[in-house]
Amino acid sequence: MTLWFVPYLVAAWLFGWGLYGIVSSRNLVHLVLCLALLQTATYVLLMGIGWRAGGVAPVLVGTHPGQSVVDPIVQALMLTDIVVEATVMALLLAMAVQLYERLGTVDPACMRVLRG
Amino acid sequence: MSDDRDELDPGARGRTILFFIGGVPLIGLLAAAMVQLPRSGAGHSLYGDLLVGAAVRERHVTDVVTAINFDYRGFDTLGEELILFASVMGVLLILRKSDEQPACDDREDERQTRRAPPTSEAVRALGLGMIGVTLTFGLYIITHGQLTPGGGFQGGVIVATAWVLLYLAGDARAYERATPKPVVEAFEAVGALAYALLGFAGLLAGLSFLANLLPLGPIATAHSGGTIALLSVATGREVAGGFVLLVTSFVEEALAERAGSS
Repeated sequence: MTLWFVPYLVAAWLFGWGLYGIVSSRNLVHLVLCLALLQTATYVLLMGIGWRAGGVAPVLVGTHPGQSVVDPIVQALMLTDIVVEATVMALLLAMAVQLYERLGTVDPACMRVLRG
Repeated sequence: MSDDRDELDPGARGRTILFFIGGVPLIGLLAAAMVQLPRSGAGHSLYGDLLVGAAVRERHVTDVVTAINFDYRGFDTLGEELILFASVMGVLLILRKSDEQPACDDREDERQTRRAPPTSEAVRALGLGMIGVTLTFGLYIITHGQLTPGGGFQGGVIVATAWVLLYLAGDARAYERATPKPVVEAFEAVGALAYALLGFAGLLAGLSFLANLLPLGPIATAHSGGTIALLSVATGREVAGGFVLLVTSFVEEALAERAGSS
Protein backbone atom coordinates (compact mmCIF):
# COMPACT_ATOMS: atom_id res chain seq x y z
CA MET A 1 0.00 0.00 0.00
CA THR A 2 1.83 3.05 -1.26
CA LEU A 3 -0.90 5.55 -0.42
CA TRP A 4 -0.76 4.96 3.33
CA PHE A 5 -0.13 8.64 4.07
CA VAL A 6 -3.19 10.02 2.22
CA PRO A 7 -5.51 10.22 5.31
CA TYR A 8 -2.78 12.07 7.22
CA LEU A 9 -2.28 14.45 4.32
CA VAL A 10 -6.03 15.18 4.20
CA ALA A 11 -6.00 15.74 7.97
CA ALA A 12 -3.14 18.24 7.68
CA TRP A 13 -4.92 19.96 4.77
CA LEU A 14 -8.15 20.38 6.77
CA PHE A 15 -6.21 21.52 9.84
CA GLY A 16 -4.33 24.14 7.82
CA TRP A 17 -7.45 25.60 6.19
CA GLY A 18 -9.30 25.63 9.51
CA LEU A 19 -6.41 27.50 11.12
CA TYR A 20 -6.19 29.96 8.24
CA GLY A 21 -9.95 30.55 8.51
CA ILE A 22 -9.66 31.31 12.23
CA VAL A 23 -6.75 33.71 11.73
CA SER A 24 -8.39 35.62 8.88
CA SER A 25 -12.00 35.48 10.11
CA ARG A 26 -14.09 38.66 10.15
CA ASN A 27 -17.21 37.09 11.62
CA LEU A 28 -17.46 35.14 14.87
CA VAL A 29 -19.98 32.63 13.48
CA HIS A 30 -17.63 31.98 10.54
CA LEU A 31 -14.78 31.63 13.05
CA VAL A 32 -16.66 28.97 15.02
CA LEU A 33 -17.36 27.05 11.80
CA CYS A 34 -13.64 27.24 10.92
CA LEU A 35 -12.86 25.72 14.32
CA ALA A 36 -15.31 22.93 13.48
CA LEU A 37 -13.53 22.40 10.15
CA LEU A 38 -10.20 22.29 11.98
CA GLN A 39 -11.58 19.63 14.29
CA THR A 40 -12.72 17.44 11.38
CA ALA A 41 -8.99 16.96 10.78
CA THR A 42 -8.88 14.92 14.01
CA TYR A 43 -11.67 12.65 12.70
CA VAL A 44 -9.77 11.92 9.50
CA LEU A 45 -6.57 11.35 11.49
CA LEU A 46 -8.28 8.88 13.86
CA MET A 47 -9.98 7.07 10.99
CA GLY A 48 -6.66 6.87 9.18
CA ILE A 49 -4.92 5.34 12.19
CA GLY A 50 -7.70 2.81 12.82
CA TRP A 51 -8.28 1.75 9.22
CA ARG A 52 -7.26 -1.74 8.23
CA ALA A 53 -7.11 -2.61 4.54
CA GLY A 54 -9.91 -5.07 3.77
CA GLY A 55 -11.41 -4.71 7.25
CA VAL A 56 -15.16 -4.36 7.89
CA ALA A 57 -16.90 -2.04 10.38
CA PRO A 58 -16.74 -3.26 14.02
CA VAL A 59 -20.39 -4.35 13.94
CA LEU A 60 -20.21 -8.10 14.23
CA VAL A 61 -23.53 -9.02 12.64
CA GLY A 62 -23.18 -11.68 9.96
CA THR A 63 -19.39 -11.77 10.14
CA HIS A 64 -17.44 -14.97 10.58
CA PRO A 65 -14.75 -15.38 13.25
CA GLY A 66 -11.36 -14.29 12.00
CA GLN A 67 -12.88 -11.61 9.78
CA SER A 68 -10.56 -8.60 9.56
CA VAL A 69 -12.17 -5.68 11.45
CA VAL A 70 -11.09 -2.03 11.66
CA ASP A 71 -10.05 -0.66 15.06
CA PRO A 72 -13.14 0.14 17.19
CA ILE A 73 -11.14 2.12 19.79
CA VAL A 74 -10.55 5.13 17.55
CA GLN A 75 -14.21 5.09 16.53
CA ALA A 76 -15.25 5.29 20.19
CA LEU A 77 -12.72 8.12 20.63
CA MET A 78 -14.23 9.89 17.65
CA LEU A 79 -17.65 9.82 19.31
CA THR A 80 -16.12 11.69 22.26
CA ASP A 81 -14.49 14.04 19.78
CA ILE A 82 -17.84 14.84 18.13
CA VAL A 83 -19.56 15.41 21.48
CA VAL A 84 -16.80 17.78 22.55
CA GLU A 85 -17.00 19.63 19.23
CA ALA A 86 -20.77 20.05 19.62
CA THR A 87 -20.40 21.42 23.15
CA VAL A 88 -17.55 23.76 22.19
CA MET A 89 -19.58 25.09 19.25
CA ALA A 90 -22.65 25.63 21.44
CA LEU A 91 -20.62 27.56 24.02
CA LEU A 92 -18.80 29.69 21.44
CA LEU A 93 -22.00 30.47 19.51
CA ALA A 94 -23.67 31.50 22.77
CA MET A 95 -20.75 33.84 23.40
CA ALA A 96 -21.08 35.22 19.85
CA VAL A 97 -24.79 35.89 20.46
CA GLN A 98 -23.98 37.63 23.73
CA LEU A 99 -21.24 39.73 22.10
CA TYR A 100 -23.61 40.78 19.31
CA GLU A 101 -26.11 41.71 21.99
CA ARG A 102 -23.58 43.87 23.84
CA LEU A 103 -21.46 45.34 21.04
CA GLY A 104 -23.80 45.20 18.06
CA THR A 105 -21.26 43.44 15.84
CA VAL A 106 -19.81 39.97 15.20
CA ASP A 107 -16.61 41.24 13.56
CA PRO A 108 -13.72 40.52 15.93
CA ALA A 109 -11.80 43.45 14.42
CA CYS A 110 -14.44 45.81 15.85
CA MET A 111 -14.06 44.38 19.36
CA ARG A 112 -10.89 46.12 20.44
CA VAL A 113 -12.37 47.86 23.43
CA LEU A 114 -12.32 45.99 26.70
CA ARG A 115 -15.29 46.85 28.86
CA GLY A 116 -15.82 45.87 32.44
CA MET B 1 -14.39 46.47 0.22
CA SER B 2 -11.08 44.98 1.29
CA ASP B 3 -9.56 48.47 1.57
CA ASP B 4 -12.31 49.44 4.02
CA ARG B 5 -11.60 46.33 5.99
CA ASP B 6 -7.87 46.98 6.16
CA GLU B 7 -8.52 50.49 7.37
CA LEU B 8 -10.83 49.16 10.06
CA ASP B 9 -8.35 46.52 11.17
CA PRO B 10 -4.78 47.60 10.40
CA GLY B 11 -3.41 44.45 12.05
CA ALA B 12 -5.11 42.07 9.59
CA ARG B 13 -2.35 42.07 6.97
CA GLY B 14 0.37 41.62 9.59
CA ARG B 15 -1.60 38.82 11.20
CA THR B 16 -1.87 36.95 7.89
CA ILE B 17 1.86 37.36 7.22
CA LEU B 18 2.62 36.12 10.74
CA PHE B 19 0.34 33.14 10.11
CA PHE B 20 2.31 32.14 7.03
CA ILE B 21 5.66 32.67 8.79
CA GLY B 22 4.48 30.33 11.56
CA GLY B 23 2.85 27.98 9.07
CA VAL B 24 6.03 26.93 7.27
CA PRO B 25 7.73 25.36 10.33
CA LEU B 26 4.34 23.88 11.27
CA ILE B 27 4.22 22.04 7.93
CA GLY B 28 7.73 20.71 8.59
CA LEU B 29 6.82 19.53 12.08
CA LEU B 30 3.58 17.92 10.87
CA ALA B 31 5.45 16.08 8.12
CA ALA B 32 8.06 14.87 10.62
CA ALA B 33 5.30 13.66 12.96
CA MET B 34 3.36 11.91 10.17
CA VAL B 35 6.35 9.85 9.13
CA GLN B 36 6.38 8.41 12.65
CA LEU B 37 2.67 7.47 12.59
CA PRO B 38 1.64 3.87 11.97
CA ARG B 39 0.90 3.35 8.29
CA SER B 40 -2.78 3.80 7.53
CA GLY B 41 -4.41 0.54 6.50
CA ALA B 42 -2.16 -1.67 8.59
CA GLY B 43 -4.41 -1.48 11.65
CA HIS B 44 -1.98 -2.15 14.48
CA SER B 45 -4.22 -2.17 17.54
CA LEU B 46 -3.78 -4.96 20.06
CA TYR B 47 -6.41 -3.51 22.40
CA GLY B 48 -8.84 -3.08 19.51
CA ASP B 49 -8.38 -6.67 18.36
CA LEU B 50 -8.79 -7.88 21.93
CA LEU B 51 -12.11 -6.06 22.33
CA VAL B 52 -13.38 -7.19 18.92
CA GLY B 53 -12.77 -10.74 20.06
CA ALA B 54 -14.26 -10.21 23.52
CA ALA B 55 -17.37 -8.07 22.93
CA VAL B 56 -19.68 -10.81 21.64
CA ARG B 57 -18.28 -13.51 23.91
CA GLU B 58 -18.18 -11.53 27.17
CA ARG B 59 -21.01 -9.02 26.75
CA HIS B 60 -23.27 -10.52 24.03
CA VAL B 61 -22.95 -7.17 22.19
CA THR B 62 -22.49 -7.05 18.41
CA ASP B 63 -21.58 -3.35 18.09
CA VAL B 64 -18.08 -3.20 19.53
CA VAL B 65 -18.04 0.62 19.61
CA THR B 66 -21.08 0.64 21.93
CA ALA B 67 -19.45 -2.07 24.07
CA ILE B 68 -16.44 0.21 24.49
CA ASN B 69 -18.46 3.34 25.22
CA PHE B 70 -20.94 1.90 27.70
CA ASP B 71 -18.99 -0.97 29.21
CA TYR B 72 -15.25 -1.38 28.79
CA ARG B 73 -14.64 2.38 28.93
CA GLY B 74 -17.96 3.34 30.53
CA PHE B 75 -16.20 5.51 33.07
CA ASP B 76 -14.85 7.74 30.29
CA THR B 77 -18.37 8.10 28.93
CA LEU B 78 -19.51 9.35 32.34
CA GLY B 79 -16.90 12.11 32.02
CA GLU B 80 -18.01 12.80 28.46
CA GLU B 81 -21.59 13.13 29.66
CA LEU B 82 -20.59 15.56 32.37
CA ILE B 83 -18.72 17.65 29.76
CA LEU B 84 -21.98 17.93 27.84
CA PHE B 85 -23.91 18.68 31.04
CA ALA B 86 -21.47 21.40 32.09
CA SER B 87 -21.44 23.04 28.66
CA VAL B 88 -25.25 23.16 28.52
CA MET B 89 -25.16 24.86 31.93
CA GLY B 90 -22.55 27.24 30.50
CA VAL B 91 -24.74 28.16 27.52
CA LEU B 92 -27.74 28.76 29.81
CA LEU B 93 -25.55 30.96 32.00
CA ILE B 94 -24.13 32.95 29.08
CA LEU B 95 -27.55 33.47 27.47
CA ARG B 96 -29.41 34.36 30.66
CA LYS B 97 -31.57 37.43 30.43
CA SER B 98 -30.04 40.71 31.47
CA ASP B 99 -31.73 44.11 31.45
CA GLU B 100 -28.49 45.87 30.75
CA GLN B 101 -28.65 48.07 27.66
CA PRO B 102 -25.84 47.75 25.12
CA ALA B 103 -23.36 50.60 25.15
CA CYS B 104 -23.69 51.25 21.44
CA ASP B 105 -26.27 49.77 19.15
CA ASP B 106 -26.20 49.97 15.37
CA ARG B 107 -28.72 47.22 14.81
CA GLU B 108 -31.91 49.29 14.74
CA ASP B 109 -31.81 49.64 10.96
CA GLU B 110 -31.01 46.00 10.39
CA ARG B 111 -33.90 44.79 12.51
CA GLN B 112 -36.48 46.28 10.18
CA THR B 113 -35.07 44.49 7.14
CA ARG B 114 -34.28 41.20 8.86
CA ARG B 115 -37.75 40.21 9.97
CA ALA B 116 -38.18 36.43 9.53
CA PRO B 117 -40.66 35.49 6.78
CA PRO B 118 -43.77 33.57 7.93
CA THR B 119 -43.47 29.78 7.88
CA SER B 120 -44.70 28.38 4.57
CA GLU B 121 -47.46 25.77 4.52
CA ALA B 122 -45.09 23.24 2.92
CA VAL B 123 -42.52 23.56 5.73
CA ARG B 124 -45.31 23.38 8.30
CA ALA B 125 -46.84 20.20 6.84
CA LEU B 126 -43.51 18.46 6.29
CA GLY B 127 -42.23 19.44 9.73
CA LEU B 128 -45.32 18.24 11.57
CA GLY B 129 -45.28 15.00 9.58
CA MET B 130 -41.61 14.39 10.37
CA ILE B 131 -41.86 14.94 14.15
CA GLY B 132 -43.34 11.50 14.93
CA VAL B 133 -40.99 9.71 12.56
CA THR B 134 -37.93 11.49 13.97
CA LEU B 135 -38.94 10.76 17.56
CA THR B 136 -39.48 7.07 16.82
CA PHE B 137 -36.20 6.82 14.91
CA GLY B 138 -34.33 8.51 17.77
CA LEU B 139 -35.79 6.13 20.37
CA TYR B 140 -34.94 3.18 18.09
CA ILE B 141 -31.32 4.33 17.79
CA ILE B 142 -31.05 4.81 21.59
CA THR B 143 -32.39 1.34 22.41
CA HIS B 144 -30.57 -0.64 19.69
CA GLY B 145 -27.02 0.68 20.15
CA GLN B 146 -25.79 -2.69 21.35
CA LEU B 147 -26.82 -4.36 18.06
CA THR B 148 -26.07 -1.88 15.28
CA PRO B 149 -24.32 1.52 15.20
CA GLY B 150 -26.13 3.89 17.55
CA GLY B 151 -26.60 4.48 21.25
CA GLY B 152 -27.54 7.24 23.64
CA PHE B 153 -25.51 10.05 22.09
CA GLN B 154 -26.63 9.58 18.51
CA GLY B 155 -30.24 8.78 19.39
CA GLY B 156 -30.45 11.62 21.90
CA VAL B 157 -29.47 14.16 19.26
CA ILE B 158 -32.05 12.72 16.84
CA VAL B 159 -34.77 12.98 19.52
CA ALA B 160 -33.78 16.61 20.11
CA THR B 161 -34.15 17.20 16.35
CA ALA B 162 -37.89 16.56 16.79
CA TRP B 163 -38.02 19.76 18.88
CA VAL B 164 -36.18 21.69 16.19
CA LEU B 165 -38.83 20.47 13.72
CA LEU B 166 -41.52 21.62 16.16
CA TYR B 167 -39.94 25.07 16.15
CA LEU B 168 -39.70 25.12 12.35
CA ALA B 169 -43.24 23.86 11.81
CA GLY B 170 -45.07 25.70 14.57
CA ASP B 171 -44.44 29.19 15.78
CA ALA B 172 -41.93 30.04 18.46
CA ARG B 173 -44.61 30.70 21.09
CA ALA B 174 -46.06 27.23 20.58
CA TYR B 175 -42.55 25.82 20.92
CA GLU B 176 -42.07 27.63 24.22
CA ARG B 177 -45.37 26.34 25.56
CA ALA B 178 -44.46 22.76 24.57
CA THR B 179 -41.02 23.03 26.22
CA PRO B 180 -41.29 24.12 29.84
CA LYS B 181 -37.68 24.73 30.84
CA PRO B 182 -37.79 23.33 34.43
CA VAL B 183 -39.28 20.05 33.12
CA VAL B 184 -36.58 19.67 30.43
CA GLU B 185 -33.88 20.56 32.96
CA ALA B 186 -35.15 17.89 35.35
CA PHE B 187 -35.40 15.40 32.47
CA GLU B 188 -31.77 16.03 31.54
CA ALA B 189 -30.49 15.93 35.12
CA VAL B 190 -32.25 12.64 35.85
CA GLY B 191 -30.52 11.13 32.81
CA ALA B 192 -27.09 12.22 34.05
CA LEU B 193 -27.89 11.05 37.58
CA ALA B 194 -29.17 7.67 36.37
CA TYR B 195 -25.84 7.02 34.64
CA ALA B 196 -23.90 7.72 37.84
CA LEU B 197 -26.32 5.66 39.96
CA LEU B 198 -25.96 2.68 37.58
CA GLY B 199 -22.23 3.01 38.19
CA PHE B 200 -22.70 2.97 41.98
CA ALA B 201 -24.99 -0.07 41.66
CA GLY B 202 -21.87 -1.97 40.63
CA LEU B 203 -20.11 -0.87 43.83
CA LEU B 204 -23.11 -1.86 45.98
CA ALA B 205 -23.04 -5.33 44.41
CA GLY B 206 -19.44 -5.66 45.54
CA LEU B 207 -18.09 -5.30 42.00
CA SER B 208 -16.26 -2.41 40.36
CA PHE B 209 -17.84 0.94 39.40
CA LEU B 210 -20.08 0.54 36.32
CA ALA B 211 -19.70 -3.24 36.38
CA ASN B 212 -22.15 -5.00 34.06
CA LEU B 213 -24.37 -6.76 36.60
CA LEU B 214 -27.56 -7.56 34.72
CA PRO B 215 -28.14 -10.83 32.84
CA LEU B 216 -26.57 -10.50 29.40
CA GLY B 217 -29.50 -11.95 27.44
CA PRO B 218 -29.36 -13.77 24.10
CA ILE B 219 -27.00 -12.33 21.46
CA ALA B 220 -28.52 -10.03 18.81
CA THR B 221 -31.73 -9.21 20.69
CA ALA B 222 -32.84 -5.82 22.01
CA HIS B 223 -32.32 -6.91 25.63
CA SER B 224 -28.77 -8.21 25.17
CA GLY B 225 -25.77 -6.55 26.81
CA GLY B 226 -27.00 -6.23 30.43
CA THR B 227 -26.60 -2.70 31.78
CA ILE B 228 -25.41 -1.33 28.39
CA ALA B 229 -28.99 -0.71 27.23
CA LEU B 230 -29.88 1.07 30.50
CA LEU B 231 -26.75 3.26 30.33
CA SER B 232 -27.61 4.04 26.72
CA VAL B 233 -31.13 5.14 27.70
CA ALA B 234 -29.74 7.28 30.55
CA THR B 235 -27.30 8.92 28.13
CA GLY B 236 -30.05 9.40 25.56
CA ARG B 237 -32.18 11.21 28.15
CA GLU B 238 -29.31 13.47 29.09
CA VAL B 239 -28.28 14.25 25.52
CA ALA B 240 -31.83 14.83 24.29
CA GLY B 241 -32.63 17.04 27.29
CA GLY B 242 -29.36 18.93 26.93
CA PHE B 243 -29.80 19.65 23.24
CA VAL B 244 -33.45 20.66 23.68
CA LEU B 245 -32.27 23.09 26.38
CA LEU B 246 -29.63 24.47 24.00
CA VAL B 247 -32.19 24.96 21.23
CA THR B 248 -34.62 26.53 23.71
CA SER B 249 -32.14 29.09 24.95
CA PHE B 250 -31.20 30.11 21.41
CA VAL B 251 -34.91 30.33 20.48
CA GLU B 252 -35.57 32.51 23.54
CA GLU B 253 -32.71 34.73 22.45
CA ALA B 254 -34.23 35.06 18.97
CA LEU B 255 -37.64 35.85 20.51
CA ALA B 256 -36.17 38.56 22.73
CA GLU B 257 -34.45 40.03 19.66
CA ARG B 258 -37.75 39.99 17.75
CA ALA B 259 -39.63 41.52 20.67
CA GLY B 260 -37.05 44.30 20.77
CA SER B 261 -37.74 45.20 17.15
CA SER B 262 -41.54 45.48 17.37
